[in-house]
Amino acid sequence: MRVGVLAIQGSVEEHIDKLKRLDGITPVEAKDKETLKRVDALILPGGESTAIGKMLNDFDLKDVIIELYRSGAPIWGTCAGMILMAKHIVNDDKVHLGIMDIKVRRNAYGSQLDSFTTKLSMPDVSKDEIDAVFIRAPYIEDVGENVKVLSRYNGKIVAAREGNLFATSFHPELTNDLSFYKYFLGLQ
Amino acid sequence: MNERYELNKNLAQMLKGGVIMDVTTPEQAVIAEKAGAVAVMALERVPADIRAHGGVARMSDPKIIKAIKEAVSIPVMAKVRIGHFVEAQVLEALKIDYIDESEVLTPADESYHINKWQFKVPFVCGARNLGEALRRIGEGASMIRTKGEAGTGNVVEAVRHMRTITAEIKRLTTLSDEELMTAAKELQAPYELVKYVAENGRLPVVNFAAGGIATPADAALMMQLGADGVFVGSGIFKSENPEKRAEAIVKATTYYDKPEIIAEVSEGLGEAMNSIDIRDLSEKDLYANRGW
Repeated sequence: MRVGVLAIQGSVEEHIDKLKRLDGITPVEAKDKETLKRVDALILPGGESTAIGKMLNDFDLKDVIIELYRSGAPIWGTCAGMILMAKHIVNDDKVHLGIMDIKVRRNAYGSQLDSFTTKLSMPDVSKDEIDAVFIRAPYIEDVGENVKVLSRYNGKIVAAREGNLFATSFHPELTNDLSFYKYFLGLQ
Repeated sequence: MNERYELNKNLAQMLKGGVIMDVTTPEQAVIAEKAGAVAVMALERVPADIRAHGGVARMSDPKIIKAIKEAVSIPVMAKVRIGHFVEAQVLEALKIDYIDESEVLTPADESYHINKWQFKVPFVCGARNLGEALRRIGEGASMIRTKGEAGTGNVVEAVRHMRTITAEIKRLTTLSDEELMTAAKELQAPYELVKYVAENGRLPVVNFAAGGIATPADAALMMQLGADGVFVGSGIFKSENPEKRAEAIVKATTYYDKPEIIAEVSEGLGEAMNSIDIRDLSEKDLYANRGW
């Protein structure tokens, strides 16, 4: 299975390194249409959503990713990636891919001094609590009816799934835990 | 390593592959964000103007920093003088996202850099070689950049510093365990960090290029030489068409390995900033020699 990581900017090599630890997975850095068309699943990494969103737009990559979503390929956005997928962004007038029925708040916790790590309970993903790193993170304020909430932190939604779309406010690529990767790729 | 330090290294990881731009007003910050910058550096004067202006260059007015923070959603960085830990305390109180302890400002202490472990807020520091990079990391820096020679529009020093760091890292990976303590002595760097680099073949933190980057091709050059991302100081807002150049440098940084894209974005950018041959600078005008 070829799993792409959108390689415009951000925590690309961290995701690639995690994918390399899974059997039967070929990680692929993807930043052009041809490569994006040839992946079976796609990760939108952490980074700055304004910067990545602009490149998606200017290099005409949005349609390829939307097509991938329509074909049923699993797509997972971590932090900035979650913002890129959202249909609604509370504190931004720009919507990027607009494929997931979630309403997100950017930089919801504040500046870097408010970044934090914690442990989260996520029964669908792992029977044990998993480490979660939040870096200037967004959270989900509201979800559409077809969206399943996977985890909350202090009452706010920080992980969700809608069919083949997966979103996390935090960065599994920065910890040693592979459970979300396995959940995302159906390897549980 | 403590949790706060890990989080601070993590923020730098999120900036990888991106461009951090010097800005002096909220309007410039908005232009930078729209062009695709991953962060902005809030300053009173860009390095080229600091050179022209002379005198003592200090931390910016908190009012400017606050206005810039207000104007954009991307991380905001700001500079403090080398060793000026009170300027750093002020920036931490302003909840800045990253502090640059920078040779571009006039040093406040000729012997000691800031003890960055005393802060919660992250620091980036300049380096000319591996020893200098590891000393700064030893003091608590969670991100490194080459010093280059800021405000010159001349990439030659950034190239020299990046190549030096890369070559020194490569050399460490070839040494046997018993040679590492001697290497640490020669590099004047903490042994544990030397050992980390020898084992992993890389710095323990993100390493950006900075100092003299003026064109999309300069940015792509630094990326091909192994930089994790680039800082552009005077290169954007001292050029003829800042909007267009900013966007072109961002695109060339993402697609640093695609010459056809670099060619396309380099077209018709107008004049670059006024540039300086490093050999025309006297010893006292070399910012890279500040700090140790």
